[in-house]
Amino acid sequence: MSNFFFETTGGRVILTFAEALALLVPLLIMVAYLTYAERKVLAAIQLRRGPNVVGPFGLLQPFADAIKMLMKETVIPSGSNRLLFLLAPMLTFGLAMVAWAVIPVNEGWAIADINVGILYLFAISSLGVYGVIIAGWASNSKYAFLGALRSAAQMVSYEVSMGFVIVSVLLCVGSLNLTDIVLAQQTIWFCIPLFPMFIVFFISTLAETNRSPFDLPEGESEIVAGFFVEYSSLSFGLFFLGEYANMILMSGLTTILFLGGWLAPFGVVPFTWIPGPIWFILKVCLCLFVFIWVRGTFPRYRYDQLMRLGWKVFLPLSLAWLVITAGALMLFGWLPHAPA
Amino acid sequence: MLPVLDNYLPILVFIVIAGVIAVAMVGGSLLAARQKPYAEKLSAYECGFEAFDDARRRFDVRYYLVAILFIIFDLEVAFLFPWAVSLSDVGLFGFLSMIGFLAVLTVGFIYEWCKGALDWE
Repeated sequence: MSNFFFETTGGRVILTFAEALALLVPLLIMVAYLTYAERKVLAAIQLRRGPNVVGPFGLLQPFADAIKMLMKETVIPSGSNRLLFLLAPMLTFGLAMVAWAVIPVNEGWAIADINVGILYLFAISSLGVYGVIIAGWASNSKYAFLGALRSAAQMVSYEVSMGFVIVSVLLCVGSLNLTDIVLAQQTIWFCIPLFPMFIVFFISTLAETNRSPFDLPEGESEIVAGFFVEYSSLSFGLFFLGEYANMILMSGLTTILFLGGWLAPFGVVPFTWIPGPIWFILKVCLCLFVFIWVRGTFPRYRYDQLMRLGWKVFLPLSLAWLVITAGALMLFGWLPHAPA
Repeated sequence: MLPVLDNYLPILVFIVIAGVIAVAMVGGSLLAARQKPYAEKLSAYECGFEAFDDARRRFDVRYYLVAILFIIFDLEVAFLFPWAVSLSDVGLFGFLSMIGFLAVLTVGFIYEWCKGALDWE
């Protein structure tokens, strides 16, 4: 095939399909092994062995789970809206996949290098609420309904402070492009000058993805599993995959915004030998480990505490820090000049 | 194709791939697994008793309140995005205008707080 072929629209579509699959297939495998890693790490925290029967060290466990789920009956409750009921998990899963189109794993590796990358991610993660609400409504079950309400209120509450944090990063970058955001951190990673924002952002991502200690939308001990209590088989599996893909996405976003993306921690020889994507994956894995570690360590929040933390602590804090950042940049003349 | 839209082609491709995978997974399990539904299995899940009424009932008004507050603050964030990117161009005047806007919103926020709109017991 000549290069000319890839200049035509059809050729470009085929090339993009190949690129997208080259990103999504490893991503799905990573999701599968994230579920395995979570069980292993939790087991280690609780002094257990974790999955160790299927394959060496239980490494084939995720695939066994997938096959088991595939062979289960899809129960569609009689009182539900059938179409919406099946649409909701597809939406959750689809959004978690689609967001990956703009993530740069290395310089120039972003499949869609759009100039409003962070805005796109913000929009896609906002749409995640729809999957939850549709699932809770369509199930026509009391637990699912309550779980969906809680989950939606929680997700929107923390999205506001996440937005403020993102804006304060943008102030330091002067561009909405994700590659520019990473390249702006060549002198210093933003987790150091914006340290309080980094903490607020990380805790908000825990709440956004409904992870422990903010997992009360699914709170097993009170509303059994929350919005997906009526789901079975692979329609449940899609929610599961979507949740874990979102965890990886949020870790990727934390890496890009605060941990310098694919940049090596020090710009000296032994570190720069390791290629960028390896650094990116290592940083994402570190964030994911903290996700699991937090789950193994902290008890669940109460709902009023959750709302108080979101609205009365994070919102004023991130707003104040945004104004301070802007003021400091103005005062000292450190404002970045947007690339022409 | 418009050159501006060129960068957005991959997003369309991702939507197609994600849709195909999702439909294939749900459809595959519908085909592969034996479906044996009966009335008890298909009723809504309750802890040990029959479902006695519709689940779509009245719920706490505070969920609406949270949604309304969210809309206000999320719009504010949407206003901040272009401002943050172009702060070096709009200069001191742009900076002070946005501070004025944020100050007005903060007054509203303090009012909500004092009114107890953010309290859950």
